[in-house]
Amino acid sequence: MAHEHKLEIFRGLLKFKSNTSKIWGVLIVLSIVTAVEVALGIIKPEFLVEERFMRMKLLNWIFIILTIFKAYYITWDFMHMRDEVKGLRRAVVWTAVFLICYLVFILLTEGDYIFDVYDSGFQSWDF
Amino acid sequence: MDTTVTSNDTSENTWGGGNQPLKASYGKLMMWFFIVSDALTFSGFLAAYGFSRFKFIDSWPIADEVFTHFPGLHGYNAPMYYVAFMTFILIMSSVTMVLAVDAGHHMNKKKVTLYMFLTIIGGAIFVGSQAWEWNTFIKGDYGAVETKGGNILQFLNTEGERVALADVATSLPQTRVQHERKNGVWYMKDGSDISEFTIEEVKAGFAANNDLLIRTEILNEAGEKTVLSREESLLRLNRDGQGIVEGANLIHNEYGTPLFADFFFFITGFHGFHVFSGVIINIIIFFNVILGTYERRKNYEMVEKVGLYWHFVDLVWVFVFTFFYLV
Repeated sequence: MAHEHKLEIFRGLLKFKSNTSKIWGVLIVLSIVTAVEVALGIIKPEFLVEERFMRMKLLNWIFIILTIFKAYYITWDFMHMRDEVKGLRRAVVWTAVFLICYLVFILLTEGDYIFDVYDSGFQSWDF
Repeated sequence: MDTTVTSNDTSENTWGGGNQPLKASYGKLMMWFFIVSDALTFSGFLAAYGFSRFKFIDSWPIADEVFTHFPGLHGYNAPMYYVAFMTFILIMSSVTMVLAVDAGHHMNKKKVTLYMFLTIIGGAIFVGSQAWEWNTFIKGDYGAVETKGGNILQFLNTEGERVALADVATSLPQTRVQHERKNGVWYMKDGSDISEFTIEEVKAGFAANNDLLIRTEILNEAGEKTVLSREESLLRLNRDGQGIVEGANLIHNEYGTPLFADFFFFITGFHGFHVFSGVIINIIIFFNVILGTYERRKNYEMVEKVGLYWHFVDLVWVFVFTFFYLV
């Protein structure tokens, strides 16, 4: 049967002997990342909350990047995207990534604009 | 049989259907297409959440202060521990699902059965936990006063700790009678559970106790909710306070803007519905495994297809967790 798995993660840095041990390895990676997220969310280091990059707190950047990191490993190793052909991988991933980026950009820009209207308008909304 | 499992027989000519550029079976491809479209649906919801949050960026509720409960630890402040636990459960059930798929590749019926069973249990625990989260959120904990403009005023003592409505209100010689349709205007009525306090009782109790302060929804520079001075608190409560809110529903929310509750119910509800249907589908496949359907078919690809769906549900939760609870 044609069920060959690619057994490397982290660009070949970590190579597993069998598919089962790769699954457990990925679980450990995902658990560590989740634990880090929760710990950061509870501690909220002052530096990360105060410093901003592109108007967003560094802490939130970290959360979002770690989420995409987790999403990558769920898709690549649990959903076996790593073993699919290039065409299928691109048809699924690029479509979703492009449309989602577009949607998020449009809606967040609009939301920010409406905030400005509420904030600087003559009408008071807090009464 | 040909419709459920694709053989890799490519002896037919290219235009006769013998060509498989994506090297995946029909069923798996269709599952991927469904997943892409469902991913776009969920991102639509999450982007809409982002839109509303950016719109009220200076007054959005802080998730750490909303989800602070853990079953069995009543009154203990445990921000996010329970959601972290739920996340872990879902990732765990994802792992047992891949193990089931892997065992399927080796045609190991016993192991597939065991891992499918564990996956179903994980899914059930997750759905149950979500029901508990909803229940806690709907009940609320401290209660708040709603202003004429629909904003929320919460109570603090001078140490900065939250104070429940029950501890603020004094009892006045009056009762709030439930307004029913038959007693007044036909289109107006109270909900089934009106509070045991009235806004007058809360105002009187607040005026009598000098240790109480009011916290508004507005976030200050440090990202914390603004606390008013005693004079401002009195002014604000007496001038603007209109009704009291306990818990959250689609119209009122004691934690802040009702939109927060709306999105919470809608997004986690839609996700929970996916988990629920995933559990049902897993149960169906589980019984098929036990009955030996895939053994006779000599192929466990069906387990792989539901596995894709199950992992997708986990994938969505990773994003919901970040955008609802962390960011």
